[in-house]
Amino acid sequence: MDRRSFLRKNTAVLTSPAATQRAPVTTPPAGPPETVSRFANTQLPTTARSSAGLNPYTGPWGAAQAAHLLRRTLFGPTRTQIATAAGQSLTQVINGLLTTPAVPAPPVNVSTTDTSVPVGQTWVNQSFDQAVEGVRRSSLRAWWLGQMLTQTPTLAEKMTLFWHNHFVVEFSEINDARYGYRYAALLRQQALGNFRQLTKDITVSPAMLRYLNGNQSTAGSPNENYGRELLELFTVGKGPIIGPGNYTNYTEADVQAAARVLTGWRDNNVTMTGYFTASRHDTSIKQFSSAFGNVAIPNAGDQEYKALVDLIFNQAETARFLCRKLYRWFVYYVIDATTEADVIEPMAQLLIQSNYDVAPVLRALLSSEHFYDPINFGCLIKSPLDFSLGVARQLQIAFPPATNLVAQYGMWDYLNSITNLQQQVVGDPPNVAGWAAYYQTPQYHEMWINAVTLPRRNQFTDLMISTNGYSRNGARISIDPVTLTLTFPATVASDANLLIAEYATLLVPIPLTPNQLTYLKSVLLPGLPDFEWTVEWQDYLAAPTNAAKRAAVNTKLQLMLRTLMGLAEFHLS
Amino acid sequence: MKRRDFLQTTAAATVMPALLGGLPIGAYGFSPELFELTGGATQTDHVLVLIQLNGGNDGLNMVIPLDQYPALMNARADIAIAQSEVLPLTQATGFHPAMAGLRNLYQNGKVGVVQSVGYPNPNFSHFRATDIWTSGSDSNVTISSGWAGRYLDSEYPGFPTGFPSTQNPDPLAISIGSVVSNCVQGPTLNMGMAIASTSSFYQLLSGGVDAAPNTPAGHELTFIRQVVQQTQVYNTAIQRAAGRASNLSPLYPAAGVNSLADQLKIVAQLVAGGLQTRIYVCNLGGFDTHVLQVPATGTTSVGTHATLLGKISQAIEAFQDDLARLRVQDRVVGMTFSEFGRRIRANSGKGTDHGAAAPLIVFGTSVNPIIHGTNPVLPASAGVNDNLPMQFDFRSVYASILKDWFQVPQTTLNQLLYRGFPYLPIIRPGVVTGTAAADLNVPGFSVYPNPVRGHATITFEAGGGHVQVTLFDTMGREVQRVADRVLPRGAQQLSLDASALAAGSYYCHVQEGNRVSSRLLAVEN
Repeated sequence: MDRRSFLRKNTAVLTSPAATQRAPVTTPPAGPPETVSRFANTQLPTTARSSAGLNPYTGPWGAAQAAHLLRRTLFGPTRTQIATAAGQSLTQVINGLLTTPAVPAPPVNVSTTDTSVPVGQTWVNQSFDQAVEGVRRSSLRAWWLGQMLTQTPTLAEKMTLFWHNHFVVEFSEINDARYGYRYAALLRQQALGNFRQLTKDITVSPAMLRYLNGNQSTAGSPNENYGRELLELFTVGKGPIIGPGNYTNYTEADVQAAARVLTGWRDNNVTMTGYFTASRHDTSIKQFSSAFGNVAIPNAGDQEYKALVDLIFNQAETARFLCRKLYRWFVYYVIDATTEADVIEPMAQLLIQSNYDVAPVLRALLSSEHFYDPINFGCLIKSPLDFSLGVARQLQIAFPPATNLVAQYGMWDYLNSITNLQQQVVGDPPNVAGWAAYYQTPQYHEMWINAVTLPRRNQFTDLMISTNGYSRNGARISIDPVTLTLTFPATVASDANLLIAEYATLLVPIPLTPNQLTYLKSVLLPGLPDFEWTVEWQDYLAAPTNAAKRAAVNTKLQLMLRTLMGLAEFHLS
Repeated sequence: MKRRDFLQTTAAATVMPALLGGLPIGAYGFSPELFELTGGATQTDHVLVLIQLNGGNDGLNMVIPLDQYPALMNARADIAIAQSEVLPLTQATGFHPAMAGLRNLYQNGKVGVVQSVGYPNPNFSHFRATDIWTSGSDSNVTISSGWAGRYLDSEYPGFPTGFPSTQNPDPLAISIGSVVSNCVQGPTLNMGMAIASTSSFYQLLSGGVDAAPNTPAGHELTFIRQVVQQTQVYNTAIQRAAGRASNLSPLYPAAGVNSLADQLKIVAQLVAGGLQTRIYVCNLGGFDTHVLQVPATGTTSVGTHATLLGKISQAIEAFQDDLARLRVQDRVVGMTFSEFGRRIRANSGKGTDHGAAAPLIVFGTSVNPIIHGTNPVLPASAGVNDNLPMQFDFRSVYASILKDWFQVPQTTLNQLLYRGFPYLPIIRPGVVTGTAAADLNVPGFSVYPNPVRGHATITFEAGGGHVQVTLFDTMGREVQRVADRVLPRGAQQLSLDASALAAGSYYCHVQEGNRVSSRLLAVEN
């Protein structure tokens, strides 16, 4: 052995396994970075599930229940929102959540590249221009994120995103931000509305016609893409294979029949609508299988697609399919036999009874004994949007005001880049099935967390809790823990134990253990008695303009919050 | 032999692996080839250990000015240490009686004292004063980065992008305990990581070792914790370093008794295990002694503050012993610091309130084992608001350590600390120049057997001068003088009769001229 090479091996020697190495914790992964954690489920967990059904919840209503409801229905409730909800009745809170907010103003141009309209004015009605498609798409994504970030306490944004994950289009595929805006507006319009109507509208929307090739489907050459996804992913869903080309809920022949119903539709990039061309339409009778009661749909031209949607929605399986998805969106991904019988089925019957209006079903689920069973608290893993927007909203990061649109959109765009790194970006689900976290069994929500995405989440919270934060366009965002703590009751803010408990209750959905709370206190007050926090905080309050006194308490709050946001519990909702 | 040559020889000699606790360990000696691999801008295997004493340490009861007793008693008769109980270092200065271990190290040339360290316009807020000490800022300037973090940033530009790497597989800095230290806060990100123990540090990072509940939330929590553990990028490096070395000193107390000792054990293990981390930060809390820092009644040499000082003393003594046994003692120096000292005058509750300048301790075989500066001069009758004036700016200590221990050029130092500060010979001049320093220890000194029952043999190499061999108890009282005469040059063997001594710990102390050594001796009956 060459001595030099021996010496050069020192580092390798130091990092190679020693003979008596302690129980190996991990070994560095070989090959490409993982996209699914090696620790994720290899089978569905068998942890106990709730036996409570869809009966109305009549138990105690307080901060714990209100926080649970708002964590699941908003992108991170603020302390004030939780307190307000806890002070109301469950019915009042649900009424508020089911209120459709005003239609937001459309996205605006924030780029000097797009000269079709001045900066600050909307581009959504301008003609298509590939040269500015990129900046418009960024504007659209930023705008959408901004809607979620600045949401009022209603279900509209959470449900808009739900429909986005359900009726997927990818902005990068349709390559027309104006279509993308109309698609987003449609989802938002029907967010708390009617599933069947939304299905009809989306079927002939220009974005979907382009995304799933409906615009290429003609009598002579029907394109099955949309017809297949309509059945498999958007409505009845795929059941067990019970014969050649037979997926219980539909057959391959049904896919072909549906495709023929939908022939003749195209998108018009001047009017930005879907339109029907009779000459491209297959006028023959479309025969459906026994899964659809052997119904035949005769030619009905531009009205025929409605008959198809109505036929599909006559199948109870369509209601069940959607209700399972709603359940996984709002409650948990494990649906056992009890949950299927006592929660999913009653939800589905309610959806059918309500003529496919979703609001009554959401009301029932979010008011149910099942939802408020403590066993369902904290078990959802935050999506990247939940996580990142939650940090911004719950810790009340101040964003640039609407008077500075360029800076405002710039920060919204930055948040999109952050969630993108965490594997979720609004406007571009990975494929037509949506984000894998909502369907990929048995991992489901665990898909969000792996060795790549978890450090990215931590890097984001570390940056936001740092003094410098993130700067763009002359604006800066960061968590201001002193200002936030000042909004707490004075007796809470000045007491180390109460202060930590308040932040923990706000930021994590399950109780921290005494050890964890002690640990957080050792971060806030290393080696000091509790009263020193009171002294330092009061010192600051007595001289609120003294930068040094503010920095003194700020540093400690930053460290404590950084640690709190570093807990595994912080990824739960 | 030059130190550098010696170290290079050591590196080459690693063909014969050293055995630590029965485990073969990799090379950690100095060699240009090795240093080429360690990647930092400066090639060094030196380690700095910072011990933060949280709460504001009462320096006047730690390093006691023996020449100021009238003033001392005027100001703090309730809490002052009786002059007869002080462990003298020099004629004028002594240690608190709980610090026998540190006194022993001082006499062995492994401890230095820097008197009255502070900064102009002292701040009496714990948080703000801690920020000043950890950031290295002026009193009226707020800086969010830490002084050691800026040093590491200058050495490892770009961190954390590209880290860890083959060249830098290990953390740049490690805080033992709950939280990464602000000392190692870099300009943008913290350069360090916090570990609680080498086997379970991840649990602390993730907030404790409590089991997750048996619920769906608990199921997901467990999953996320597993990924948290997986993504601690330095996890493997630390575990492996820990697996390569075991603590060898019997002087450590049982785990859980002395948290500083527990922390320093980890440092010794990781240094000996070959971790290339340059800076470690340890913590000991509880120094905010507003009330009852001494017992309500009885002697002032015990109680809350004595217990804390005893922990420091015991921990550092065991640590140094461990480093010596692990043969890494020449690579490590350490220092204590606290956000402030306490008032000269005791308050009415047998405690002391927030003060200003205070002494700090530096330790290691490479420190200059002297007392820097003079005793503070106390006012004849101190008022409640009187504080000790500073003699040395704390940034002089930082700058001198960075300059001598990590070879940071003066121009860089001025950038890291925003201006120049007077130099202090904290590190022994012989270490700094790379020339062999005059050996301050008595060579070949040992006491065998140890523990001793009845008789033991004391051996050492005499230089041909007047030799004193003395036995002290842990309170510093002389209990036996074994020799006090001129001995011929060469190997000496003296018999020690311990049969009349009470069971317990003693220090056997040998001095010839300016060379001095002592060993902790356990006497059993």
